[in-house]
Amino acid sequence: MPDKHLSSQFDADLNSLSSRLLEMGGLVESQISTAMRAFTQMDLDTCNIVIENEKLVNDLEIQIDLACTELIARRQPTARDLRLVMAVSKAITNLERAGDEAERVAKRTKRLIEIGATYNINVAEIRLSGQMAITLLRRSLDAFARLDTVAAAEVVAEDRQIDEEFRGFVRKLMTYMSEDPHMISTGLDMLSIAKAIERIGDHAKNIAEFVIYIAKGSDVRHIPHEELVREANKP
Amino acid sequence: MKTMFDLNRIDSQGGVVETSKHESDQVAINALEVRNLNFYYGSFQGLKDINLDIEQGKVTAFIGPSGCGKSTLLRTLNRMYDLYPGQRAEGEINFYGQNILEPGQDLNLLRSRIGMVFQKPTPFPMSIYENIAFGVRLYERLSRSEMDERVEWALNKAALWNEAKDKLNQSGLSLSGGQQQRLCIARGVAVKPSVILLDEPTSALDPISTGKIEELINELKHDYTIAIVTHNMQQAARVSDYTAYMYLGSLVEYGKTDEIFIKPKRKETEDYITGRFG
Repeated sequence: MPDKHLSSQFDADLNSLSSRLLEMGGLVESQISTAMRAFTQMDLDTCNIVIENEKLVNDLEIQIDLACTELIARRQPTARDLRLVMAVSKAITNLERAGDEAERVAKRTKRLIEIGATYNINVAEIRLSGQMAITLLRRSLDAFARLDTVAAAEVVAEDRQIDEEFRGFVRKLMTYMSEDPHMISTGLDMLSIAKAIERIGDHAKNIAEFVIYIAKGSDVRHIPHEELVREANKP
Repeated sequence: MKTMFDLNRIDSQGGVVETSKHESDQVAINALEVRNLNFYYGSFQGLKDINLDIEQGKVTAFIGPSGCGKSTLLRTLNRMYDLYPGQRAEGEINFYGQNILEPGQDLNLLRSRIGMVFQKPTPFPMSIYENIAFGVRLYERLSRSEMDERVEWALNKAALWNEAKDKLNQSGLSLSGGQQQRLCIARGVAVKPSVILLDEPTSALDPISTGKIEELINELKHDYTIAIVTHNMQQAARVSDYTAYMYLGSLVEYGKTDEIFIKPKRKETEDYITGRFG
């Protein structure tokens, strides 16, 4: 059986949706790593770059959503084509929100710089989970590009590590803040940054779940991980 | 007759036909049960070992490329093929438990119980009123007022009463194509069948008339069992509860319409409904 549609334009439209999603993913990935660099280096200019670029992410979301709507109107996709369009439409919402979180990191960092906050909190967990979130998002987009459900299941599993890092950092932050009430304002900004990174991990996980939905037709959201792995490995 | 659905059916190659229709052990009533049906046009085999159940009060759609056997299957369900020499069916088609392929059937009675509407509207060259009354008179003796009531009832069922009530004595051929098709449906409904077979009922109609027929199908399924053959896959998706995909005379996949159109089990089905069929 052929793998291409009778209509080559339909193929082109579907391919274009996928590649634009990956383009948007690349932009969001770069936003997150720039935001993390701004945080690590406490650099105001880098913060501003992230805040400035956020509207590019928003524009892409609107353009891709429109392309999804047009494709549904013109082609009435079914089965895996329909699943792809629905998943792209949802995945770009996740990417846009991940972009918002990158902006949140930049804005909170900017505030820390502007108020001249001095702190002696060890932020290793934030840096580490920031790197993990970027890697996770990249891997979820790779899994999407190749419709690799096994890789997608691994992304879902690894999101838990980011959650662990976040919880560890919150425990540490609470200790700092209870020992020194002057730390509370800075601590809350730090908490907000850590939470933003944890949310980016969640969005990467969601995108990975959509990969399994497209390829296998199973909705694996909110099911036990073992079941998700079974679905991902189904022939 | 109440029947517990079998979970699996065997296809023409001896394998199990993927069927998502009967996931739960629900008790449903089948209007028609097709078993090991083979159909021949002379020496050419048009249908190969078809097994499927058509549930009462539901719409079952048959899709597939030209020549796949979907219209042939529909025509076996009320033995319409009997009108043509050299065509024969083997196997069983149980209509509420009665095998209609057995010899000695009253075919006129059968076709009043299992009505059919064709691709092109086929009103008789007589008045709108007579188009409906003609068939009823073959089976029932009604008084004039009873017949008036029946005609109004049938036209109402076919959502044509409001448009036709003031011109009942005009020729059925004076109606538009979409109205003529609804007149044919009214004619079929008038003899109070239990199953209505629709063979590409909207392929000659414009989108508005098509929409009206589809709305009508939705209304009629509360009282009748409907089987529809359509070339328009989106129509099958819109109107049916169950969809059967046929190819080269075999039933490839049969299941709930939502599942067939979102997550078909067979690659052949997916290739066809996504337009990858070459």
